[in-house]
Amino acid sequence: MTIRAADVLVIGGGMAAAWAALAATEQGARVVMVDKGYCGTSGVTATGGPNHWWVPDDPGLRAEAIARQTAKAQGLAEPEWMARIIDLTFRHLPWIAPYYPFGSDGNGGTYFSGVRGPEYMRALRTFALAAGVTILDHHPAIELLADGDGRVRGARGHDVRRDVPWEIHAGATVMATGGCAFRSGLIGAALNTGDGFLMAAEAGARLSGMEFSLAWSLSPTWACTRTLPYTAARFFDAAGAEIAVPSLRAGHAHYQALGAALLRGAVYADLSEAPAALPPILHRIQPLTAASFARKGIDPFRDRFPVRLYGEGTIRGTGGLRIADADCRTDVPGLFAAGDAATRELVAGAASGGGAVNSAWALGSGRIAGAAAARESRRHRMTAAVHGLGRAGLHPTGQSRPIDIAAATVDIEQHMHGYDRALFRRHETLTASLEALGAHWRTVAAHGQAHGGAAVPLRELAAMAATAQWCTAAALARAETRGLHVRSDAPETHPHRARRQIVHGLDTVVVAAETPAAVAA
Amino acid sequence: MIAAIDTSRCTGCNLCVEVCPTLVLDATDAVPVIARLAACQTCYLCEVYCPAGAIHVGADQFAPEPASFVTPDRLRRDHGWDEPRGAGQLDDYRRLGPLLNAGVEIAARRQAGPL
Repeated sequence: MTIRAADVLVIGGGMAAAWAALAATEQGARVVMVDKGYCGTSGVTATGGPNHWWVPDDPGLRAEAIARQTAKAQGLAEPEWMARIIDLTFRHLPWIAPYYPFGSDGNGGTYFSGVRGPEYMRALRTFALAAGVTILDHHPAIELLADGDGRVRGARGHDVRRDVPWEIHAGATVMATGGCAFRSGLIGAALNTGDGFLMAAEAGARLSGMEFSLAWSLSPTWACTRTLPYTAARFFDAAGAEIAVPSLRAGHAHYQALGAALLRGAVYADLSEAPAALPPILHRIQPLTAASFARKGIDPFRDRFPVRLYGEGTIRGTGGLRIADADCRTDVPGLFAAGDAATRELVAGAASGGGAVNSAWALGSGRIAGAAAARESRRHRMTAAVHGLGRAGLHPTGQSRPIDIAAATVDIEQHMHGYDRALFRRHETLTASLEALGAHWRTVAAHGQAHGGAAVPLRELAAMAATAQWCTAAALARAETRGLHVRSDAPETHPHRARRQIVHGLDTVVVAAETPAAVAA
Repeated sequence: MIAAIDTSRCTGCNLCVEVCPTLVLDATDAVPVIARLAACQTCYLCEVYCPAGAIHVGADQFAPEPASFVTPDRLRRDHGWDEPRGAGQLDDYRRLGPLLNAGVEIAARRQAGPL
């Protein structure tokens, strides 16, 4: 067992985690960051190319951007949060310039807002190391630690490369573990299994906006790529007949048409009408997407190829741990949340926070949570007595027995992303899914038990089962259509339902409504 | 999925073992071994990071494919991974958003017009 002490422990290794660690270090805190994979390559930013919500420091432009986003958010966001996040993003993103090769904006200036994932995360890692952050790669956290008062005091996990358990005692902890894609194959999301949601919930945290968990990436059947090449696509069935698919402007209807066609059979994309400027430079913008075709011997702009939808779970949705105050505290003392691990409703509301808004949120909430955690750690010095809060997969309530993790994962993913269920959400199917997901949760809670590194996959299963329950219970409770949450049996948006839904509980899931502060005021 | 590590190019630095987020590889005294292929998510980042051009990742995310080392440094060159800042390796990056939106426009116009 390795035992370390830190002022601030950051759990996660993506962009929110890195920005949190940097902000905490600036406050003079000793920061340890534990990543389940490798900070630099793990998570959805590392394989992506986040554009950040980017509004110059001009009161008129910012008011306009906030008004536009407020309308999209359908009553669930807060303009004050938007203003903070825009400002933090605009001020801090250029700070990575010593480590990131920013390109030209085409007008003699620098293009800041959009950054390519592998280079961005390499830059953030280098920046964090230079600032004095201790980064521990391949150190998945397994459970949170708490003191006698229920204050979170760090975490316990496993160094999987060396097969050694670790414990880190910290004055404050930032959960930045990303969202949950339920092992859908979404590029970069293999490790995004909702672990932070489970750990925080075991400590008593609540979640918000989990019904906004419907987003998709269209990609070839053989691999999930970035979606830049496909936006002008025409679609055909196996017999060569064109399928009527509304453009991406139609939002959910675009994916619904594709999903319905995919339920009938194979769907082929034809990119011959893509913007003429794209084919010659795709490899310079998204080298990995271009490679996915080149290595199959396919010219994507000439040859038709089979496609499918990859579910994104909560990642490009907006749900996550409930943010209790302006410092990104969760409901649990000593525990902060940032990035996709936190609810993004504060800035995105019911709309997809995908792309610019979610990335700005990851940067901004990371900086807020990291700085606040550093301040908090000064008020809460170390305590000797801590205990682990993890339950499912570690301390079964019944007889321990082996669990088929792979089979359970496939079934959970089908309940979350099966086209017939997810693209056509309705009372009957959501009710049936909630029952099936509850059974998965009860199995792992009652019978799952593993030690050391073997606890990691079992805890991932427990986290996916719990997260799927929260998403489904919230989708069932919101009997209307709002933003990303589309109910086939309730297509209207009801003004009186412009409230957030808070979910909590593991063995019994409870959904309650909460009115956003800006609306309440 | 990662297809192979070219033993003639690999310098045994084990950087790929460290950077793989899903711990697909194990270090050895010489060339790392592909120990947990099923965990590979086909993110290509081991290949991008490999300074020796010794790794080939197959395009298929769900099934292994044969290795090819025809253009071993293609991904690193496309990224400009080793170029210094200011070399212009991301000068086309600003076109991502406009090209993405142009595609959406094309699809929307096609649907608005006569089929």
